[in-house]
Amino acid sequence: MDPVTLAASADAYKFLGAGLACIGMGLAAIGVGNIFGNYLSGALRNPSAADGQFARAFIGAALAEGLGIFCLVVALVLLFG
Amino acid sequence: MASPLDQFIIKPIATFGQIGDSPIALTNSGLHMIGIVGFIVGAMLMSTRQAALVPDRWQAVAETLYEFVANMLRDATGKDGMRFFPLVFSLFLFVLVANLLGMVPGAFTVTSHIIVTFALAALVIGTVVIYGFVKHGFRFLGLFVPSGVPVWLLPFITVIEIISFLSRPISLSLRLFANMLAGHIALKVFAGFIVSLLAAAGAASILAPLPLLMTIAMVAFEIFVAGLQAYVFTVLTCIYLNDALHPGH
Repeated sequence: MDPVTLAASADAYKFLGAGLACIGMGLAAIGVGNIFGNYLSGALRNPSAADGQFARAFIGAALAEGLGIFCLVVALVLLFG
Repeated sequence: MASPLDQFIIKPIATFGQIGDSPIALTNSGLHMIGIVGFIVGAMLMSTRQAALVPDRWQAVAETLYEFVANMLRDATGKDGMRFFPLVFSLFLFVLVANLLGMVPGAFTVTSHIIVTFALAALVIGTVVIYGFVKHGFRFLGLFVPSGVPVWLLPFITVIEIISFLSRPISLSLRLFANMLAGHIALKVFAGFIVSLLAAAGAASILAPLPLLMTIAMVAFEIFVAGLQAYVFTVLTCIYLNDALHPGH
């Protein structure tokens, strides 16, 4: 498809939307990095308390990652749906 | 070249009849699920058949898995949560073995289909709702009304709590499904780079080992993700079950 017809079609907006949805995935990556970064800095300060908070770090990461995955699903639905 | 999505196609292996337009068939997905359940039951029975006080290797593996999940459930729900141990342990082993089996080249990844993970998540949330209402009656609805919140804020908090409760089965199933789907697509895309570099012939094919190295690293990472997602699924199941057991905030 040449650029001019592509820009006029609905597909162009689908691709734009899928690309915009990927910004959300990057933001979720910041959130997950924040959680593990803070967990590590806390664990290095007080290693004896680290094991007790391990599960909580992963629960937080799973919840943050889930929001990024919603973005991935939006992008996939736009591309293939 | 095959599309990276081809690995998720469900193929019927044997067809037994039809209901309306839908065939009743044993599919590759169903065959893998039967294999997973058979493997888990077989491995657990074999490893604990000659149980000894000093465990041999296989018994030690089974005991480690048991202790791991039992501690997870006990930490999240307390002692009375242990009545859900059979459910949680079965879910953990099924998801773990399904994810790991998906990493075997050529095998089908059962958990990469949202209908499978959604059925598992619906089972968990259904258990929470039914057990919560049977055990606590309408006090279970206190789950949505946290204590110690200013009265003017309470309607908003209640609405947010209800939305967050309703999104649980969706997020629980989507997380597992999307992690498996995205990981396997990425693996196939990188594997495809090797083929396209080799097919390009000439100077470019010297670069073909680079995506191969990347694919090997990603296989290791995906095995880690397979275990991690089984763990996350089980931890969240324990937390949701805790709401059914102790609905007060």
